[in-house]
Amino acid sequence: MLRLLQIESIKLWNNRASKFLIVAYFVLLLSIALIAAVRFDIGPVKFHLAEQGIFNFPYIWHFNTYVAAFFKLFLAIVIVSMTANEYSNKTIKQNLIDGLSKWEFIYSKFLTVLSFAAISTVFVFTVSLILGLFYSDFNEMSIIFSDLQYLLAFFIKLVSFFSFCLFLGILVKRSAFALGFLFLWQILEGLFYMVIRWQSDGATAASISQFFPLDAMSNLIKEPWTRLSAVKTVAGQIGEDISRDYAVHWYSIAIALAWTALFIYWSYALLKRRDL
Amino acid sequence: METILNIRNLTKKFGYLTAVKDLSFSIEKGNVYGILGPNGSGKSTTLGIVLNVVNKTKGSFEWFDGKVTTHDALKKVGAIIERPNFYPYMSAEKNLDLVCKIKGVPREKIQEKLEVVGLYDRKDSKFKNYSLGMKQRLAIASALLNDPEILILDEPTNGLDPQGIHQIREIIKKIASNGTTILLASHLLDEVEKVCTHVVVLRKGEKLYSGRVDQMVASHGFFELRCKDRDKALSLLRESHAFKDLKEENSTITAFLNEPMEAEAFNKLMFDNGIILSHLVKRKESLEEQFLTLTGD
Repeated sequence: MLRLLQIESIKLWNNRASKFLIVAYFVLLLSIALIAAVRFDIGPVKFHLAEQGIFNFPYIWHFNTYVAAFFKLFLAIVIVSMTANEYSNKTIKQNLIDGLSKWEFIYSKFLTVLSFAAISTVFVFTVSLILGLFYSDFNEMSIIFSDLQYLLAFFIKLVSFFSFCLFLGILVKRSAFALGFLFLWQILEGLFYMVIRWQSDGATAASISQFFPLDAMSNLIKEPWTRLSAVKTVAGQIGEDISRDYAVHWYSIAIALAWTALFIYWSYALLKRRDL
Repeated sequence: METILNIRNLTKKFGYLTAVKDLSFSIEKGNVYGILGPNGSGKSTTLGIVLNVVNKTKGSFEWFDGKVTTHDALKKVGAIIERPNFYPYMSAEKNLDLVCKIKGVPREKIQEKLEVVGLYDRKDSKFKNYSLGMKQRLAIASALLNDPEILILDEPTNGLDPQGIHQIREIIKKIASNGTTILLASHLLDEVEKVCTHVVVLRKGEKLYSGRVDQMVASHGFFELRCKDRDKALSLLRESHAFKDLKEENSTITAFLNEPMEAEAFNKLMFDNGIILSHLVKRKESLEEQFLTLTGD
Protein backbone atom coordinates (compact mmCIF):
# COMPACT_ATOMS: atom_id res chain seq x y z
CA MET A 1 0.00 0.00 0.00
CA LEU A 2 2.81 2.37 0.93
CA ARG A 3 4.56 1.39 -2.29
CA LEU A 4 1.51 2.36 -4.37
CA LEU A 5 1.23 5.69 -2.57
CA GLN A 6 4.91 6.38 -3.16
CA ILE A 7 4.45 5.63 -6.86
CA GLU A 8 1.59 8.10 -7.10
CA SER A 9 3.35 10.78 -5.11
CA ILE A 10 6.38 10.62 -7.42
CA LYS A 11 4.03 11.09 -10.38
CA LEU A 12 2.18 13.99 -8.75
CA TRP A 13 4.95 15.96 -7.05
CA ASN A 14 7.13 16.06 -10.12
CA ASN A 15 4.34 17.56 -12.18
CA ARG A 16 4.49 21.31 -11.81
CA ALA A 17 0.81 21.89 -12.65
CA SER A 18 -0.44 19.32 -10.14
CA LYS A 19 1.89 20.62 -7.48
CA PHE A 20 0.68 24.16 -8.04
CA LEU A 21 -2.99 23.15 -7.86
CA ILE A 22 -2.49 21.09 -4.70
CA VAL A 23 -0.68 23.94 -2.98
CA ALA A 24 -3.30 26.43 -4.20
CA TYR A 25 -6.05 24.20 -2.84
CA PHE A 26 -4.63 24.10 0.65
CA VAL A 27 -3.91 27.81 0.62
CA LEU A 28 -7.56 28.39 -0.31
CA LEU A 29 -8.71 26.11 2.50
CA LEU A 30 -6.63 28.21 4.81
CA SER A 31 -8.28 31.32 3.40
CA ILE A 32 -11.53 30.33 5.09
CA ALA A 33 -9.91 31.92 8.08
CA LEU A 34 -9.95 35.21 6.17
CA ILE A 35 -13.73 35.29 6.48
CA ALA A 36 -12.99 36.34 10.04
CA ALA A 37 -11.52 39.52 8.68
CA VAL A 38 -14.69 40.48 6.82
CA ARG A 39 -15.98 43.63 8.45
CA PHE A 40 -17.81 46.66 7.18
CA ASP A 41 -17.62 49.99 8.90
CA ILE A 42 -19.92 52.20 6.87
CA GLY A 43 -20.87 55.04 9.11
CA PRO A 44 -23.43 53.79 11.58
CA VAL A 45 -23.49 50.26 10.08
CA LYS A 46 -20.87 48.19 11.84
CA PHE A 47 -20.72 44.61 10.64
CA HIS A 48 -18.17 42.02 11.62
CA LEU A 49 -18.89 38.62 10.11
CA ALA A 50 -16.89 36.72 12.69
CA GLU A 51 -19.18 38.09 15.38
CA GLN A 52 -22.35 36.93 13.64
CA GLY A 53 -21.93 33.51 15.17
CA ILE A 54 -20.58 31.70 12.12
CA PHE A 55 -17.57 30.59 14.13
CA ASN A 56 -19.58 29.32 17.06
CA PHE A 57 -19.13 25.70 18.01
CA PRO A 58 -20.66 23.43 16.84
CA TYR A 59 -22.10 25.47 13.93
CA ILE A 60 -18.57 26.11 12.65
CA TRP A 61 -18.20 22.43 11.69
CA HIS A 62 -21.22 22.70 9.45
CA PHE A 63 -20.28 26.08 8.00
CA ASN A 64 -16.60 25.39 7.32
CA THR A 65 -17.06 21.93 5.80
CA TYR A 66 -19.74 23.38 3.53
CA VAL A 67 -17.55 26.26 2.37
CA ALA A 68 -14.39 24.14 2.11
CA ALA A 69 -16.19 21.67 -0.15
CA PHE A 70 -16.38 24.34 -2.88
CA PHE A 71 -12.63 24.19 -3.33
CA LYS A 72 -12.69 20.49 -4.12
CA LEU A 73 -12.80 21.41 -7.79
CA PHE A 74 -9.08 22.19 -7.64
CA LEU A 75 -8.23 18.67 -6.58
CA ALA A 76 -10.79 17.33 -9.03
CA ILE A 77 -8.70 18.82 -11.84
CA VAL A 78 -5.60 17.19 -10.39
CA ILE A 79 -7.32 13.80 -10.17
CA VAL A 80 -8.86 13.93 -13.63
CA SER A 81 -5.56 14.90 -15.19
CA MET A 82 -3.52 12.38 -13.23
CA THR A 83 -5.66 9.57 -14.65
CA ALA A 84 -6.27 10.96 -18.12
CA ASN A 85 -2.59 11.83 -18.59
CA GLU A 86 -1.65 8.23 -18.01
CA TYR A 87 -3.58 7.53 -21.18
CA SER A 88 -2.28 10.44 -23.23
CA ASN A 89 1.34 9.74 -22.23
CA LYS A 90 0.68 6.03 -22.68
CA THR A 91 2.43 5.55 -19.37
CA ILE A 92 -0.44 3.36 -18.19
CA LYS A 93 0.68 0.80 -20.74
CA GLN A 94 4.27 1.02 -19.56
CA ASN A 95 3.19 0.82 -15.89
CA LEU A 96 1.31 -2.40 -16.60
CA ILE A 97 4.19 -3.84 -18.63
CA ASP A 98 6.61 -2.94 -15.84
CA GLY A 99 4.60 -5.14 -13.52
CA LEU A 100 1.82 -3.09 -11.96
CA SER A 101 -1.39 -5.10 -12.11
CA LYS A 102 -4.55 -3.45 -13.40
CA TRP A 103 -6.07 -3.56 -9.94
CA GLU A 104 -2.93 -2.08 -8.39
CA PHE A 105 -3.14 0.74 -10.90
CA ILE A 106 -6.73 1.64 -9.94
CA TYR A 107 -6.02 0.99 -6.28
CA SER A 108 -3.04 3.37 -6.27
CA LYS A 109 -5.27 6.10 -7.73
CA PHE A 110 -7.99 5.36 -5.19
CA LEU A 111 -5.47 5.50 -2.35
CA THR A 112 -4.46 8.94 -3.61
CA VAL A 113 -8.12 9.96 -3.55
CA LEU A 114 -8.44 8.70 0.02
CA SER A 115 -5.30 10.54 1.09
CA PHE A 116 -6.44 13.80 -0.51
CA ALA A 117 -9.79 13.51 1.27
CA ALA A 118 -8.20 12.55 4.59
CA ILE A 119 -5.62 15.34 4.51
CA SER A 120 -8.31 17.88 3.56
CA THR A 121 -10.51 16.72 6.43
CA VAL A 122 -7.71 16.98 8.95
CA PHE A 123 -6.81 20.39 7.54
CA VAL A 124 -10.35 21.72 7.75
CA PHE A 125 -10.68 20.29 11.24
CA THR A 126 -7.54 22.08 12.40
CA VAL A 127 -8.39 25.42 10.76
CA SER A 128 -11.94 25.30 12.15
CA LEU A 129 -10.78 24.34 15.61
CA ILE A 130 -8.36 27.24 15.76
CA LEU A 131 -10.90 29.72 14.35
CA GLY A 132 -13.52 28.46 16.76
CA LEU A 133 -11.23 28.77 19.74
CA PHE A 134 -10.64 32.39 18.77
CA TYR A 135 -14.19 33.50 17.97
CA SER A 136 -16.65 30.99 19.38
CA ASP A 137 -18.98 32.15 22.15
CA PHE A 138 -19.07 28.65 23.57
CA ASN A 139 -15.88 26.94 24.62
CA GLU A 140 -16.99 23.91 26.59
CA MET A 141 -15.38 20.64 25.51
CA SER A 142 -18.71 18.92 25.02
CA ILE A 143 -19.92 21.66 22.68
CA ILE A 144 -16.66 21.94 20.76
CA PHE A 145 -16.66 18.26 19.90
CA SER A 146 -20.33 17.91 19.11
CA ASP A 147 -21.69 17.68 15.54
CA LEU A 148 -18.45 16.20 14.26
CA GLN A 149 -20.50 14.12 11.80
CA TYR A 150 -20.08 17.07 9.42
CA LEU A 151 -16.40 16.20 9.14
CA LEU A 152 -17.25 12.60 8.33
CA ALA A 153 -19.73 13.83 5.74
CA PHE A 154 -17.04 16.13 4.32
CA PHE A 155 -14.62 13.24 4.02
CA ILE A 156 -17.16 11.04 2.27
CA LYS A 157 -18.23 13.88 0.03
CA LEU A 158 -14.67 14.34 -1.16
CA VAL A 159 -14.00 10.61 -1.56
CA SER A 160 -17.12 10.07 -3.65
CA PHE A 161 -16.60 13.19 -5.76
CA PHE A 162 -12.95 12.37 -6.45
CA SER A 163 -13.87 8.77 -7.27
CA PHE A 164 -16.32 10.13 -9.81
CA CYS A 165 -13.49 12.24 -11.30
CA LEU A 166 -11.20 9.23 -11.31
CA PHE A 167 -13.79 7.21 -13.18
CA LEU A 168 -14.36 10.01 -15.70
CA GLY A 169 -10.61 10.28 -16.29
CA ILE A 170 -10.44 6.56 -17.09
CA LEU A 171 -13.65 6.62 -19.13
CA VAL A 172 -12.94 9.70 -21.27
CA LYS A 173 -9.12 9.48 -21.34
CA ARG A 174 -8.75 13.24 -21.97
CA SER A 175 -8.65 15.60 -19.00
CA ALA A 176 -10.43 18.52 -20.63
CA PHE A 177 -13.24 16.34 -21.97
CA ALA A 178 -13.58 14.54 -18.66
CA LEU A 179 -14.04 17.85 -16.84
CA GLY A 180 -16.50 18.92 -19.51
CA PHE A 181 -18.40 15.70 -18.98
CA LEU A 182 -18.52 16.45 -15.26
CA PHE A 183 -20.26 19.80 -15.89
CA LEU A 184 -22.53 18.19 -18.46
CA TRP A 185 -23.48 15.58 -15.90
CA GLN A 186 -24.32 18.27 -13.36
CA ILE A 187 -26.64 19.90 -15.90
CA LEU A 188 -28.21 16.55 -16.81
CA GLU A 189 -28.98 15.85 -13.18
CA GLY A 190 -30.61 19.25 -12.89
CA LEU A 191 -32.68 18.61 -16.03
CA PHE A 192 -33.78 15.21 -14.76
CA TYR A 193 -34.83 16.79 -11.50
CA MET A 194 -36.86 19.44 -13.31
CA VAL A 195 -38.57 16.88 -15.53
CA ILE A 196 -39.56 14.74 -12.55
CA ARG A 197 -40.69 17.78 -10.63
CA TRP A 198 -42.76 18.93 -13.57
CA GLN A 199 -44.37 15.51 -13.86
CA SER A 200 -45.00 15.09 -10.13
CA ASP A 201 -44.15 17.31 -7.16
CA GLY A 202 -41.12 18.65 -5.33
CA ALA A 203 -41.01 15.98 -2.65
CA THR A 204 -41.09 13.09 -5.14
CA ALA A 205 -38.47 14.79 -7.30
CA ALA A 206 -36.16 15.28 -4.31
CA SER A 207 -36.65 11.69 -3.14
CA ILE A 208 -35.66 10.40 -6.59
CA SER A 209 -32.86 12.85 -7.29
CA GLN A 210 -31.15 12.03 -4.00
CA PHE A 211 -29.97 8.85 -5.73
CA PHE A 212 -28.17 10.77 -8.51
CA PRO A 213 -24.43 10.80 -7.80
CA LEU A 214 -23.82 14.56 -7.65
CA ASP A 215 -27.05 15.24 -5.79
CA ALA A 216 -26.18 12.49 -3.32
CA MET A 217 -22.85 14.19 -2.69
CA SER A 218 -24.38 17.61 -2.16
CA ASN A 219 -27.03 16.17 0.17
CA LEU A 220 -24.29 15.13 2.57
CA ILE A 221 -23.79 18.68 3.82
CA LYS A 222 -26.77 20.99 3.33
CA GLU A 223 -26.43 24.73 3.05
CA PRO A 224 -25.74 26.34 6.44
CA TRP A 225 -26.82 29.93 5.61
CA THR A 226 -30.44 29.68 6.74
CA ARG A 227 -29.21 28.33 10.04
CA LEU A 228 -27.51 31.60 10.96
CA SER A 229 -29.38 33.49 13.64
CA ALA A 230 -29.09 36.74 11.69
CA VAL A 231 -30.68 35.17 8.64
CA LYS A 232 -33.38 33.60 10.77
CA THR A 233 -34.16 36.94 12.34
CA VAL A 234 -34.50 38.61 8.96
CA ALA A 235 -36.64 35.76 7.69
CA GLY A 236 -38.82 35.98 10.78
CA GLN A 237 -39.34 39.68 10.19
CA ILE A 238 -40.67 39.08 6.68
CA GLY A 239 -42.90 36.34 8.01
CA GLU A 240 -40.94 33.39 6.69
CA ASP A 241 -40.34 30.52 9.07
CA ILE A 242 -37.25 28.60 8.13
CA SER A 243 -37.03 25.25 9.78
CA ARG A 244 -35.02 22.86 7.69
CA ASP A 245 -33.37 19.53 8.08
CA TYR A 246 -29.64 20.15 8.35
CA ALA A 247 -28.68 16.78 9.72
CA VAL A 248 -26.25 14.36 8.09
CA HIS A 249 -28.39 11.31 7.35
CA TRP A 250 -27.05 7.78 7.30
CA TYR A 251 -28.82 7.08 4.01
CA SER A 252 -27.08 10.04 2.33
CA ILE A 253 -23.79 8.53 3.43
CA ALA A 254 -24.87 5.09 2.22
CA ILE A 255 -25.86 6.41 -1.22
CA ALA A 256 -22.58 8.32 -1.63
CA LEU A 257 -20.56 5.28 -0.54
CA ALA A 258 -22.46 3.05 -2.96
CA TRP A 259 -21.59 5.43 -5.83
CA THR A 260 -17.95 5.45 -4.73
CA ALA A 261 -17.84 1.66 -4.85
CA LEU A 262 -19.49 1.65 -8.28
CA PHE A 263 -17.11 4.27 -9.70
CA ILE A 264 -14.06 2.37 -8.53
CA TYR A 265 -15.44 -0.93 -9.75
CA TRP A 266 -16.37 0.53 -13.13
CA SER A 267 -12.91 2.07 -13.49
CA TYR A 268 -11.37 -1.33 -12.87
CA ALA A 269 -13.80 -3.12 -15.17
CA LEU A 270 -13.13 -0.61 -17.96
CA LEU A 271 -9.39 -0.95 -17.60
CA LYS A 272 -9.65 -4.71 -17.57
CA ARG A 273 -11.80 -4.86 -20.68
CA ARG A 274 -9.88 -2.35 -22.74
CA ASP A 275 -6.98 -3.12 -25.04
CA LEU A 276 -4.26 -0.58 -24.48
CA MET B 1 16.14 -26.46 -21.75
CA GLU B 2 14.18 -23.95 -19.74
CA THR B 3 11.14 -22.51 -21.44
CA ILE B 4 10.53 -18.85 -20.75
CA LEU B 5 7.37 -18.30 -22.73
CA ASN B 6 4.98 -20.71 -24.30
CA ILE B 7 2.24 -19.49 -26.62
CA ARG B 8 -0.48 -21.87 -27.72
CA ASN B 9 -3.12 -21.21 -30.37
CA LEU B 10 -3.30 -17.55 -29.55
CA THR B 11 -5.99 -15.62 -31.42
CA LYS B 12 -6.91 -11.96 -31.20
CA LYS B 13 -9.77 -10.34 -33.02
CA PHE B 14 -10.45 -6.62 -33.24
CA GLY B 15 -14.01 -6.64 -34.48
CA TYR B 16 -13.87 -8.17 -37.95
CA LEU B 17 -10.13 -8.03 -38.15
CA THR B 18 -8.15 -11.01 -36.95
CA ALA B 19 -4.84 -9.55 -35.84
CA VAL B 20 -3.35 -12.80 -34.57
CA LYS B 21 -4.52 -16.16 -35.88
CA ASP B 22 -3.92 -19.41 -34.02
CA LEU B 23 -0.33 -18.57 -33.20
CA SER B 24 1.90 -21.00 -31.32
CA PHE B 25 5.59 -20.82 -30.52
CA SER B 26 7.83 -21.04 -27.53
CA ILE B 27 10.88 -19.21 -26.30
CA GLU B 28 13.79 -21.01 -24.73
CA LYS B 29 16.27 -19.46 -22.35
CA GLY B 30 19.47 -18.01 -23.74
CA ASN B 31 18.49 -17.44 -27.36
CA VAL B 32 17.85 -14.25 -29.23
CA TYR B 33 14.49 -14.42 -30.96
CA GLY B 34 13.12 -12.26 -33.68
CA ILE B 35 9.51 -11.80 -34.59
CA LEU B 36 9.62 -10.74 -38.19
CA GLY B 37 6.76 -9.48 -40.25
CA PRO B 38 5.57 -6.51 -42.25
CA ASN B 39 3.70 -3.70 -40.51
CA GLY B 40 0.29 -4.85 -39.30
CA SER B 41 1.22 -8.52 -39.18
CA GLY B 42 0.34 -8.86 -35.50
CA LYS B 43 3.75 -8.55 -33.89
CA SER B 44 2.86 -5.84 -31.41
CA THR B 45 -0.52 -7.39 -30.68
CA THR B 46 1.15 -10.69 -29.80
CA LEU B 47 3.58 -8.93 -27.50
CA GLY B 48 0.74 -6.88 -26.02
CA ILE B 49 -1.15 -10.04 -25.16
CA VAL B 50 1.73 -11.76 -23.38
CA LEU B 51 2.49 -8.50 -21.57
CA ASN B 52 -1.07 -8.28 -20.28
CA VAL B 53 -2.08 -5.02 -21.94
CA VAL B 54 -4.15 -6.57 -24.73
CA ASN B 55 -6.86 -9.11 -23.98
CA LYS B 56 -6.67 -12.34 -25.95
CA THR B 57 -9.70 -13.70 -27.78
CA LYS B 58 -8.72 -17.35 -27.68
CA GLY B 59 -5.78 -19.57 -26.83
CA SER B 60 -3.34 -19.41 -23.98
CA PHE B 61 0.17 -18.44 -23.01
CA GLU B 62 2.25 -19.14 -19.98
CA TRP B 63 5.41 -17.64 -18.56
CA PHE B 64 8.16 -19.72 -17.00
CA ASP B 65 6.34 -23.05 -17.45
CA GLY B 66 3.29 -21.65 -15.71
CA LYS B 67 5.01 -21.60 -12.34
CA VAL B 68 4.12 -17.96 -11.72
CA THR B 69 1.16 -15.74 -12.53
CA THR B 70 1.48 -13.33 -15.43
CA HIS B 71 1.58 -10.43 -12.98
CA ASP B 72 4.57 -11.89 -11.11
CA ALA B 73 6.20 -13.04 -14.33
CA LEU B 74 6.22 -9.50 -15.68
CA LYS B 75 8.47 -8.46 -12.80
CA LYS B 76 11.10 -10.79 -14.30
CA VAL B 77 10.57 -9.38 -17.77
CA GLY B 78 11.85 -6.16 -19.26
CA ALA B 79 9.85 -4.81 -22.15
CA ILE B 80 9.39 -1.79 -24.34
CA ILE B 81 6.52 -1.57 -26.77
CA GLU B 82 6.43 0.65 -29.85
CA ARG B 83 7.35 4.11 -28.58
CA PRO B 84 9.18 4.80 -25.33
CA ASN B 85 6.51 5.83 -22.82
CA PHE B 86 7.63 7.93 -19.87
CA TYR B 87 6.39 10.90 -17.90
CA PRO B 88 7.55 13.82 -20.08
CA TYR B 89 7.82 16.27 -17.18
CA MET B 90 10.13 14.07 -15.13
CA SER B 91 13.89 13.63 -15.45
CA ALA B 92 15.36 10.35 -16.66
CA GLU B 93 16.45 9.49 -13.16
CA LYS B 94 13.03 10.21 -11.64
CA ASN B 95 11.34 8.15 -14.32
CA LEU B 96 13.61 5.22 -13.56
CA ASP B 97 13.05 5.78 -9.85
CA LEU B 98 9.36 5.23 -10.49
CA VAL B 99 10.02 2.05 -12.47
CA CYS B 100 12.18 0.79 -9.58
CA LYS B 101 9.22 1.30 -7.24
CA ILE B 102 6.89 -0.56 -9.59
CA LYS B 103 9.25 -3.46 -10.12
CA GLY B 104 10.43 -3.54 -6.52
CA VAL B 105 14.08 -3.01 -7.41
CA PRO B 106 16.62 -1.05 -5.32
CA ARG B 107 17.45 2.44 -6.65
CA GLU B 108 21.14 1.60 -6.89
CA LYS B 109 20.45 -0.09 -10.22
CA ILE B 110 19.63 3.24 -11.88
CA GLN B 111 23.20 4.44 -12.26
CA GLU B 112 24.42 1.07 -13.49
CA LYS B 113 21.76 0.80 -16.20
CA LEU B 114 22.05 4.42 -17.30
CA GLU B 115 25.75 3.78 -17.83
CA VAL B 116 24.98 0.69 -19.93
CA VAL B 117 23.03 2.84 -22.39
CA GLY B 118 25.36 5.84 -22.08
CA LEU B 119 22.88 8.28 -20.56
CA TYR B 120 24.30 8.74 -17.09
CA ASP B 121 25.59 12.25 -17.77
CA ARG B 122 22.10 13.26 -18.98
CA LYS B 123 20.23 11.74 -16.04
CA ASP B 124 18.84 15.08 -14.83
CA SER B 125 17.41 16.16 -18.18
CA LYS B 126 13.68 15.97 -18.57
CA PHE B 127 12.38 13.14 -20.70
CA LYS B 128 10.60 15.52 -23.07
CA ASN B 129 13.93 17.16 -23.94
CA TYR B 130 15.50 13.89 -25.04
CA SER B 131 16.05 13.00 -28.69
CA LEU B 132 14.23 9.93 -30.00
CA GLY B 133 17.43 7.89 -29.85
CA MET B 134 18.00 8.88 -26.24
CA LYS B 135 14.37 8.09 -25.37
CA GLN B 136 14.77 4.66 -26.87
CA ARG B 137 17.99 4.09 -24.94
CA LEU B 138 16.30 5.24 -21.73
CA ALA B 139 13.54 2.74 -22.43
CA ILE B 140 16.13 -0.02 -22.71
CA ALA B 141 17.76 1.10 -19.45
CA SER B 142 14.34 1.02 -17.82
CA ALA B 143 13.61 -2.46 -19.15
CA LEU B 144 16.96 -3.66 -17.79
CA LEU B 145 16.46 -2.31 -14.25
CA ASN B 146 15.28 -5.62 -12.83
CA ASP B 147 18.00 -7.64 -14.61
CA PRO B 148 15.25 -9.38 -16.56
CA GLU B 149 15.37 -12.99 -17.65
CA ILE B 150 13.96 -11.90 -20.95
CA LEU B 151 14.14 -8.54 -22.69
CA ILE B 152 11.32 -7.79 -25.10
CA LEU B 153 11.91 -5.07 -27.66
CA ASP B 154 9.30 -3.97 -30.14
CA GLU B 155 10.76 -2.14 -33.15
CA PRO B 156 13.63 -0.70 -31.08
CA THR B 157 15.25 1.11 -34.01
CA ASN B 158 12.09 2.44 -35.62
CA GLY B 159 12.48 6.05 -36.66
CA LEU B 160 16.11 6.39 -35.58
CA ASP B 161 18.95 7.78 -37.66
CA PRO B 162 21.75 5.40 -38.75
CA GLN B 163 23.89 6.39 -35.79
CA GLY B 164 21.03 5.78 -33.36
CA ILE B 165 20.27 2.43 -35.01
CA HIS B 166 23.89 1.44 -34.66
CA GLN B 167 23.98 2.42 -30.97
CA ILE B 168 20.83 0.44 -30.18
CA ARG B 169 22.11 -2.65 -32.02
CA GLU B 170 25.42 -2.49 -30.18
CA ILE B 171 23.56 -2.30 -26.87
CA ILE B 172 21.36 -5.25 -27.83
CA LYS B 173 24.39 -7.31 -28.81
CA LYS B 174 26.09 -6.44 -25.54
CA ILE B 175 23.04 -7.52 -23.56
CA ALA B 176 22.70 -10.72 -25.57
CA SER B 177 26.34 -11.59 -24.96
CA ASN B 178 25.62 -11.54 -21.22
CA GLY B 179 23.22 -14.42 -21.75
CA THR B 180 19.96 -12.50 -21.49
CA THR B 181 17.18 -13.96 -23.60
CA ILE B 182 15.91 -11.39 -26.07
CA LEU B 183 12.72 -11.22 -28.08
CA LEU B 184 12.93 -8.63 -30.80
CA ALA B 185 10.02 -7.67 -33.00
CA SER B 186 10.93 -5.98 -36.23
CA HIS B 187 9.93 -5.50 -39.82
CA LEU B 188 13.56 -5.06 -40.76
CA LEU B 189 15.04 -8.23 -42.06
CA ASP B 190 18.69 -7.33 -41.74
CA GLU B 191 18.09 -6.33 -38.14
CA VAL B 192 16.78 -9.77 -37.30
CA GLU B 193 19.51 -11.40 -39.37
CA LYS B 194 22.22 -9.43 -37.59
CA VAL B 195 20.98 -9.85 -34.06
CA CYS B 196 18.85 -12.99 -33.75
CA THR B 197 19.51 -16.69 -33.62
CA HIS B 198 15.88 -17.75 -33.98
CA VAL B 199 13.01 -16.22 -35.85
CA VAL B 200 9.23 -16.40 -36.08
CA VAL B 201 7.89 -14.99 -39.32
CA LEU B 202 4.36 -13.60 -39.26
CA ARG B 203 2.04 -12.45 -41.97
CA LYS B 204 -1.48 -11.20 -41.28
CA GLY B 205 -1.37 -12.79 -37.85
CA GLU B 206 -0.34 -16.21 -39.10
CA LYS B 207 2.92 -17.97 -38.49
CA LEU B 208 4.81 -18.72 -41.70
CA TYR B 209 8.07 -19.94 -40.28
CA SER B 210 9.63 -20.53 -36.94
CA GLY B 211 13.09 -21.87 -36.31
CA ARG B 212 16.73 -20.91 -36.59
CA VAL B 213 17.60 -17.92 -38.71
CA ASP B 214 20.30 -19.81 -40.64
CA GLN B 215 17.85 -22.58 -41.45
CA MET B 216 15.31 -20.13 -42.73
CA VAL B 217 17.71 -19.68 -45.59
CA ALA B 218 17.43 -23.41 -46.03
CA SER B 219 18.67 -23.51 -49.58
CA HIS B 220 22.17 -24.40 -50.66
CA GLY B 221 21.87 -21.97 -53.47
CA PHE B 222 21.42 -22.56 -57.20
CA PHE B 223 23.36 -22.66 -60.46
CA GLU B 224 22.53 -20.70 -63.53
CA LEU B 225 23.95 -22.29 -66.62
CA ARG B 226 23.88 -22.10 -70.39
CA CYS B 227 25.09 -24.62 -72.90
CA LYS B 228 24.45 -25.80 -76.47
CA ASP B 229 22.89 -29.18 -75.69
CA ARG B 230 20.16 -28.20 -73.30
CA ASP B 231 18.16 -31.43 -73.42
CA LYS B 232 21.17 -33.52 -72.50
CA ALA B 233 22.02 -31.19 -69.65
CA LEU B 234 18.47 -31.27 -68.35
CA SER B 235 18.22 -35.05 -68.35
CA LEU B 236 21.56 -35.30 -66.60
CA LEU B 237 20.48 -32.82 -63.95
CA ARG B 238 17.18 -34.62 -63.45
CA GLU B 239 18.97 -37.90 -62.77
CA SER B 240 21.24 -36.36 -60.16
CA HIS B 241 20.18 -36.37 -56.48
CA ALA B 242 21.95 -33.12 -55.93
CA PHE B 243 19.17 -31.04 -57.47
CA LYS B 244 15.61 -30.68 -56.33
CA ASP B 245 14.21 -28.28 -58.84
CA LEU B 246 14.98 -27.19 -62.38
CA LYS B 247 13.78 -24.19 -64.25
CA GLU B 248 14.29 -23.28 -67.85
CA GLU B 249 13.92 -19.73 -68.87
CA ASN B 250 14.93 -18.42 -72.28
CA SER B 251 18.11 -20.35 -72.80
CA THR B 252 19.20 -20.37 -69.18
CA ILE B 253 18.74 -23.35 -66.91
CA THR B 254 18.42 -22.72 -63.20
CA ALA B 255 19.21 -25.74 -61.02
CA PHE B 256 18.39 -25.58 -57.33
CA LEU B 257 20.73 -27.52 -55.08
CA ASN B 258 19.61 -30.21 -52.67
CA GLU B 259 23.00 -30.54 -51.03
CA PRO B 260 26.12 -28.39 -50.90
CA MET B 261 28.13 -28.34 -54.10
CA GLU B 262 30.87 -26.05 -55.31
CA ALA B 263 30.85 -24.50 -58.74
CA GLU B 264 34.16 -26.21 -59.67
CA ALA B 265 32.78 -29.64 -58.84
CA PHE B 266 29.65 -28.92 -60.84
CA ASN B 267 31.63 -27.71 -63.81
CA LYS B 268 33.77 -30.84 -63.73
CA LEU B 269 30.71 -33.09 -63.50
CA MET B 270 29.20 -31.50 -66.56
CA PHE B 271 32.45 -31.59 -68.49
CA ASP B 272 32.99 -35.27 -67.64
CA ASN B 273 29.57 -35.98 -69.08
CA GLY B 274 30.38 -34.20 -72.26
CA ILE B 275 28.56 -30.95 -71.67
CA ILE B 276 30.48 -27.77 -72.16
CA LEU B 277 29.04 -24.78 -70.38
CA SER B 278 29.07 -21.35 -71.91
CA HIS B 279 27.81 -19.70 -68.73
CA LEU B 280 27.90 -20.77 -65.06
CA VAL B 281 27.02 -18.77 -61.96
CA LYS B 282 26.41 -20.05 -58.43
CA ARG B 283 24.06 -17.90 -56.37
CA LYS B 284 22.19 -17.96 -53.09
CA GLU B 285 18.74 -16.56 -52.56
CA SER B 286 19.08 -13.51 -50.39
CA LEU B 287 17.23 -13.47 -47.09
CA GLU B 288 15.32 -10.59 -48.58
CA GLU B 289 14.02 -12.79 -51.39
CA GLN B 290 13.19 -15.56 -48.94
CA PHE B 291 11.28 -13.17 -46.79
CA LEU B 292 9.35 -11.79 -49.74
CA THR B 293 8.44 -15.28 -50.92
CA LEU B 294 7.36 -16.19 -47.41
CA THR B 295 5.29 -13.09 -46.83
CA GLY B 296 4.20 -12.40 -50.40
CA ASP B 297 0.51 -12.61 -51.17
